Amino acid sequence: MWEQAKWNEPLIFELKGEKRIGMLIPREELDVEVELPNSLRRSQDPELPELSELEVVRHFTRLSEMNFGVDSGMMPLGSCTMKYNPKIEEIASLVTEDIHPLQDENTTQGSMEMLYYVQSWLAEATGMDECSLAIPAGASGELAGSLMIRKYNKNRDEMLVADTAHGTNPASASMVGFKVIYVKTNDKGTVNLNVLRELVSDKVAGFMLTNPNTLGIFEDEILEIAKYIHSVDGVLYYDGANLNGILGVARPGDMGFDIVHVNLHKTFAVPHGGGGPGAGAVCAKGKMVDFLPYPIVGKKSDKFVFIKPKNSIGRISTYNGNVGNIARAFTYMAGLGPQGISMIGKMSTLATNYLVSLLRNVEGLYLPFPQKYRKHEVVFSAEPATDWGITALDIAKALIDRGFYAPTVYFPSIVKEALMIEPTETEPKEEIEKFAFNLNEILKTAKANPEDIKKTPTHTSIRRLDQVKANHPATITPSYRVKKLREKDIIKLLK
Amino acid sequence: MDRHPWLPNLGHVEEMLKNIGVSSIDELFSDIPEEILLKKGLNIGFGKPLSEYDIERKVKEISERNLKLKFPPFTGGGVCPHYVPKAVKAIIGRSEFYTSYTPYQPEINQGLLQSLFEYQSLMAEVLEMEVVNSSLYDWGTALAEAGLMAYRLTGKKKILVSDLTNPYHLEVLETWSSGLGLDIIKIPHNTRGEIDLQKVEEFMTSDTAAVYVEQPNFYGILETELESITDLARKKGIITISGIKPIALGIIKPPGEYDFDIAIGDGQELGLPLNFGGPYVGIMATKWDGKLVKQMPGRIVGITEDEKGNKGYTLILQTREQFIRREKATSNITTNEALMAIANAVYLSLLGKEGLKELGNEIYRRGHYMVKKTENLGIAKKEYSGDFFEEFLLTFNKDYMKIHESLLRNGIHGGLPIEQNKALFCVTEMHAREMIDEVISLMGE
Repeated sequence: MWEQAKWNEPLIFELKGEKRIGMLIPREELDVEVELPNSLRRSQDPELPELSELEVVRHFTRLSEMNFGVDSGMMPLGSCTMKYNPKIEEIASLVTEDIHPLQDENTTQGSMEMLYYVQSWLAEATGMDECSLAIPAGASGELAGSLMIRKYNKNRDEMLVADTAHGTNPASASMVGFKVIYVKTNDKGTVNLNVLRELVSDKVAGFMLTNPNTLGIFEDEILEIAKYIHSVDGVLYYDGANLNGILGVARPGDMGFDIVHVNLHKTFAVPHGGGGPGAGAVCAKGKMVDFLPYPIVGKKSDKFVFIKPKNSIGRISTYNGNVGNIARAFTYMAGLGPQGISMIGKMSTLATNYLVSLLRNVEGLYLPFPQKYRKHEVVFSAEPATDWGITALDIAKALIDRGFYAPTVYFPSIVKEALMIEPTETEPKEEIEKFAFNLNEILKTAKANPEDIKKTPTHTSIRRLDQVKANHPATITPSYRVKKLREKDIIKLLK
Repeated sequence: MDRHPWLPNLGHVEEMLKNIGVSSIDELFSDIPEEILLKKGLNIGFGKPLSEYDIERKVKEISERNLKLKFPPFTGGGVCPHYVPKAVKAIIGRSEFYTSYTPYQPEINQGLLQSLFEYQSLMAEVLEMEVVNSSLYDWGTALAEAGLMAYRLTGKKKILVSDLTNPYHLEVLETWSSGLGLDIIKIPHNTRGEIDLQKVEEFMTSDTAAVYVEQPNFYGILETELESITDLARKKGIITISGIKPIALGIIKPPGEYDFDIAIGDGQELGLPLNFGGPYVGIMATKWDGKLVKQMPGRIVGITEDEKGNKGYTLILQTREQFIRREKATSNITTNEALMAIANAVYLSLLGKEGLKELGNEIYRRGHYMVKKTENLGIAKKEYSGDFFEEFLLTFNKDYMKIHESLLRNGIHGGLPIEQNKALFCVTEMHAREMIDEVISLMGE
């Protein structure tokens, strides 16, 4: 039986230490007497804990034991590509760690060479002409892409987005001032071409699409879609969150996409870090290359140099992107080589369809668009289970109670009670079988004794949480400071 | 290819296909039009899968093409080298943390949630502000998010900034806000190198959304008129945004004391390596005001209870976020810098109250030592007369690039060249006295 640690660990502020320090500050003998003027000086010391090194280390170690990562167990989070992060990636810090982002280029040729490799490998993987690694995450790539489209199609204000799109697509488009127009999905689980034809006009700046889409289904009419969009000089944007399902099998560039972003923390095995840091690339083809954000590493007679494309949208992040993580992706790609990379889309798709074959006849689940093969992920609906009073969320909680992370739930919204499952190619066949077996067991219990599912999880460090209390203006507590100030009646309702 | 450590099912393809009911993997891709199926392998990597040992050799070989520096770089420009304690590395190296995901399932992610709550809380104490989110990408993008926030809050497009704002931060703000057409206006500085208070008042017009000032500014100068600026802005309904180096806040006045609405900055200096530009961690905080908090981008963790009345932590105010609000979200941010925020939390916990103060004092002293000694020897002069922290702009009486190159020949990376005869230096607790002395003596040659 899986059981998570329950430490009941106090907040670091509540640990009792005082007159202690966790690290020594080096102090130099200097023949200079200076004092910060009082007018600039802080009036009260910040209320930080006073703890020894061991107390701090033990506290955070205990907290880590109440957490769950890919190394702890399977994390079949749909659209998140929680694949294994090979340990060799840690060696990557050698080429990045101590390098200041504004050092002279001739002192950082090695690091720039590494960036150059990754740029060209990602251009090859996506079928694009050029990549910029300056985006720290996927959403930042979408923002860059939206800005590129905005700059290219200056006088247009509509951005088309598939109704199955990740929430970041419409959010990114609206951040740069586009009006978002949703394109409906048809009864095959792909973009409805008739609807698209109606929407395409000379007001349309572009179309943001992921392929395979968030149902895990390949948009088989992608060439027609590209033709429509290009016929009005619109730009086709590829959301690379789902690239893992086709890596090495087909390339966005060959499908007609003009701009692509890649999430290195999904497809290229950079660890997710509990929500970040990630790393990414935004890549472009043809006339869109000139609009890429900078810096980009170029090569000028055997020397690597940072370059800025002619019509660049500018800097999208402060310096060179999340280089520490780009170097991790470098080691991953080197470890796979051309032969390994060519197997990623195949093996991830194999894993998904294998899972589908194991779950097809589970009572309580329903597979929309059953005739289609899936790629990186599959979306099941738990709607049949609602007859027993069980929701997708209940199933998610029951899964975590058995030592699996939960799938993504309630997304995409066009599937009711959605369970979006992405096993990835790094989960062994037996682990996929174990997951399917447990999901099956959960649904059996859900039918026979729904209350047993409703009360899950009980093996985690804590049970289901009160979300109302967490968000209510009178009780919302986003910091220890708020807790203290509220107890002293210094702050009131958050309004 | 029949075996690979990261591809466990290569030897089980047949059995899996059989269960699926197809005869080949290619059949699973039969929905992809023939003309876009790749006909050849991808030219990625080094010709074949490399063993772990060979990857290590490759990385070492490449890293040797970087110039090996004798001392940590003296280069300013917004980030500086700081010592990363081994305890910080050990904690963020725990794979329960670094291989985990955004804590959407709080029951199984309490460790991450509590750590992030502690990051928010420690940062709240340092800033003296009540609400801190669990991270944006870096300083520049935090500034961009703050600018967009001010636009949403006021409906106005004009953002005032000091002309000595870090230009890298400013460029990110310009890029991000270009789609919405925000107007970034630079306010001139005075001879002290501080923002000109009189001009601030002149520039604050009825169409101003926000005013942004960095403390210290790009040239390390400490602004002395921040109180007057927040006073002026408050009277005119203008949002005030403070850009801070948190490592200075053990000694200098935090943004909360000046009553700024929003504070932003970078946690790089609190336990993160330079990383050639990232990952860092963008800080964003607001005071206790529902209007500001509701417009905040990014994840926020709060306290609550479980069914048994046990204290627990969960993501809060999620209706601001993209996965719920889509085009009406406060930002598109999803992946953030959570692990780096935990590094900040561990670092601040190690330093504690005294440590942060001592560290601030030590950085302050060393910078002043270097400036004074350089000036006394007649090698260079500090360009602006205002007091400073950590970074400083030196003006040389000859071509700085020649000095820079001679430093490099000695394995030392000097300041960030600004103009022909000026450079922006950075001195921290990692620059021991003998290093500073050696740089000064080389610059004097």
